[in-house]
Amino acid sequence: MSKNQIVNKEDLVVRFAGDSGDGMQLSGTLFSDASALTGNDIATFPDYPAEIRAPHNTIAGVSGYQVHVGNHIYSSGDKCDILVAMNPASFKSNLKWAKRGASVIVDIDTFTDEAMEKAGYTDNPFTEELEHAYTIIKAPITSFTSRIGQEQGADKKTADKCRNMFALGIIFYMTHKKLDQTFAYLERKFAKKPDVIKLNKAVLSEGYEYADKLEVIHSHIFEVAHAEMPKGRYRNITGNVATAWGLLAASERSGRRLFLGSYPITPATDVMVELSKHKALGARVFQAEDEIAGVCSAIGASYAGALACTSTSGPGLSLKSEALGLAVMTELPLVVVDVQRGGPSTGLPTKTEQSDLNQALYGRNGEAPLIVVAASSSANCFYWAYTAAKLALEHMTPVILLTDGYLGNGSQLFRIPKVADLPSITPRLAKPNDPNYRPFRRDPETFAREWALPGMEGLRHRVGGLEKCPDGPLSTDPENHALMTYNRQEKVNRVANYIPDQEVTGNPDGDLLVIGWGGTAGAITLAVEEMNNEGKKVAYTHFNYICPLPKNTGDILRKYKKIVVCELNNGQFAGYLRTQFPECPMHQYNKIMGLPFEVGELKECFTKILGE
Amino acid sequence: MAKRHFVPKADKEYTKADFTSDQMVKWCPGCGDHAILSSLLNTFPKTGHKKENICMVSGIGCSSRIPYYVDTYGFHSIHGRACAIATGVKLANPELSVWVNMGDGDSMAIGGNHLIHAVRRNQDFNITIFNNEIYGLTKGQYSPTTKFGQVTKTSPFGTIDYPFNPGELVMGAQGTFFARSLDCVPALTSQVMEAAAKHDGTSVVEVLQNCMIFNDKTHAAITDRAVRDDRTIVLENGKPMLFGKEKNKGIRFNGRCLEAVTIGENGITIDDIMVHHEDTEDTGIHMMLARMSGDLPVALGVIRNVEKPSYTELYENQMDECKANGKYKCVDDLLNSGDTWEV
Repeated sequence: MSKNQIVNKEDLVVRFAGDSGDGMQLSGTLFSDASALTGNDIATFPDYPAEIRAPHNTIAGVSGYQVHVGNHIYSSGDKCDILVAMNPASFKSNLKWAKRGASVIVDIDTFTDEAMEKAGYTDNPFTEELEHAYTIIKAPITSFTSRIGQEQGADKKTADKCRNMFALGIIFYMTHKKLDQTFAYLERKFAKKPDVIKLNKAVLSEGYEYADKLEVIHSHIFEVAHAEMPKGRYRNITGNVATAWGLLAASERSGRRLFLGSYPITPATDVMVELSKHKALGARVFQAEDEIAGVCSAIGASYAGALACTSTSGPGLSLKSEALGLAVMTELPLVVVDVQRGGPSTGLPTKTEQSDLNQALYGRNGEAPLIVVAASSSANCFYWAYTAAKLALEHMTPVILLTDGYLGNGSQLFRIPKVADLPSITPRLAKPNDPNYRPFRRDPETFAREWALPGMEGLRHRVGGLEKCPDGPLSTDPENHALMTYNRQEKVNRVANYIPDQEVTGNPDGDLLVIGWGGTAGAITLAVEEMNNEGKKVAYTHFNYICPLPKNTGDILRKYKKIVVCELNNGQFAGYLRTQFPECPMHQYNKIMGLPFEVGELKECFTKILGE
Repeated sequence: MAKRHFVPKADKEYTKADFTSDQMVKWCPGCGDHAILSSLLNTFPKTGHKKENICMVSGIGCSSRIPYYVDTYGFHSIHGRACAIATGVKLANPELSVWVNMGDGDSMAIGGNHLIHAVRRNQDFNITIFNNEIYGLTKGQYSPTTKFGQVTKTSPFGTIDYPFNPGELVMGAQGTFFARSLDCVPALTSQVMEAAAKHDGTSVVEVLQNCMIFNDKTHAAITDRAVRDDRTIVLENGKPMLFGKEKNKGIRFNGRCLEAVTIGENGITIDDIMVHHEDTEDTGIHMMLARMSGDLPVALGVIRNVEKPSYTELYENQMDECKANGKYKCVDDLLNSGDTWEV
């Protein structure tokens, strides 16, 4: 490649866009896997429509997959350096995600009058202005792919399915990567279909060769910095799979059977799909008839002694509200995974948002406190699922784990831990035939009750939604209700004694404290880092423990004159903090577009507040 | 594969007293629930199951207080969700003998979805439906089994809701066991409960129960001593369907539908009378029997009892097979599977 001018970059964003069914999610995954294996840090963001196959060539049917590779990658990136657009609709709807000067590869064969009209073009899409602003590479992807298909005797439909490989070949050339990794994938994936392997390999290679021959590309070859990462064994993982695996690890470490009662719901379904594969590891998955049966079966499983979980998204959490009150009342361990999406109601099922926080904190009748934690990266979903299970089992309470569509579907590098190195989990099991066992006898430190399982001798007892007295029987006594209400709240409050202090990163002596929680850590971290590199003084604290908050939260907040709370909702976390720390004035930065934060918009907001 | 049994047997013999709890029973004096409780307490010793392994699950309503009155493990849950909770209990620990108790509103209105899906899956637990055709604990509103046209607090001009027949629901959902009894015949209730306990898969026992406060005598047309023998029929497997004080009446299939006939009249002999086969796989006849009312006697006893692998058995077989053949033996294996690399 000596003819090439290589551009060295710290990071690079590539966005694949096409019709649903054009294989953009696969191209994106293969590119991110290949990048990870060759030493880049990665983060990915699938951006796909709710419809499975919306009408061909329409804007509604456009599916995208963004990959961010390089050194120290915190998020899937704002705008892309390279855009692949497989048809006019994806070109039209995705160009706004391309940086000025970006390389844009289009399948020019698809720009027929009919397809352009469907995408809403009335005129030539490649205006002089666009040609000036971007390097548009008009590759005849469909015709090249069809020719190879014909040569190999494949029908047109089969050949068309490989168009994404041609585009991927071009991208591999432009990012200075080899094809072996993807060849190996194809050989594994289509082991029983040698014709398909041969065809895909040929198309991939042809794309690569095509790029080699195209002069315009020669000045657009990117060498992306390798990541400096702690030593260890790594893999690529999505947030939903990481969540499922975290629960499996917690089950193994606690010695409690894993039970998941769930109902399919976007974007949480993959947690159930993943656990369904692992019966060999003891995962007992039950696909329930509805969301309510999902959580109720989990509560029943918890009563019977399992590490019981249910996974859902916003509308499902609404349906589970009453049952969560039952779990609070019966003081049974339960993990509820809420992979948040745009709401309210059906809202934006495939888009991300952080707007279930209030529901998680308050969405039940009566005084019904429970633990709320939030994951902040696709990879750390593993640890937060594990932590949620640990807290549930050790403190005898339901725990809601908030992730979101961005974390759940997005992927990241994951440094593989050893299960034995994870913190121990000690469920609060009662001892059979303990003459002093009482259903609501509490540990004096944690206030957690003991877990007596049906089948254990000498511990027969009844639980239920009606108020009970500490010894177990029903009670409508006013003082007893006040006491039990206090105890349930105090049990959750005392969890704060068992969680680490909140940390401040960035410049702790900063003039501004940026607060984030949950899935927005990537973009905020980068924004704060860039601001500090530019000479501004910005401190940053990111919350994973939401309820209860770490004990030093107030001390941190009171240190800063200027605070901004950034979240993908209308200010729910800010409102929650204000009720606890009314003495601390807070700015808000909110975004409700179904999209993650961009670094640029955050920096603009922080700069404005600093200037006030 | 050989049939599997999961609930451990008791190493001693129990009596009714072993299952009677120390809690005060707070149902109205004269309520049919007392008799059903007594039948249940009589049934447990006969199941031979270890006491610690019996778990009662109920929803909300008068009848759902029953776990407090039985000295076993128990879960008094929320309205309508007993079947869903029981599903989790049994899946988490198949060694438990799970008993679900619900009223007609609990099981067929708010909990209707869970009931039909539990039955469809053949979940291995025993359901008792206390059917008094009214909402009692909320003081007298019509339920999904209230008779058409009945005046209640929320139907002052008569209901315009067509009622459910629980037997039809169960069979429509491919149920494998359905029996019916009367609260005033506790011996029959115990007998069908014992058969239910032996059945692998979902068993549903409907007990026609009297609520003397809000729906008194709703079943009187069939339960009154004076008419009971003529208005009901106790089905027995393998025996002709005979009823009446003199046992001279019977059920005949006339080619179109079931009809009640009298032996000796119009040339009817015992050979014209249908023989009850509770184990017929097809639901057709069982559905007709469950539906009998009006000119036909209401069917009691075990109406349907067919063998079909239970959800528990299928689930545990799959778990065992996966564990024996699984690629991963521990979570570390899974974490390190597929594409991984060393940095």
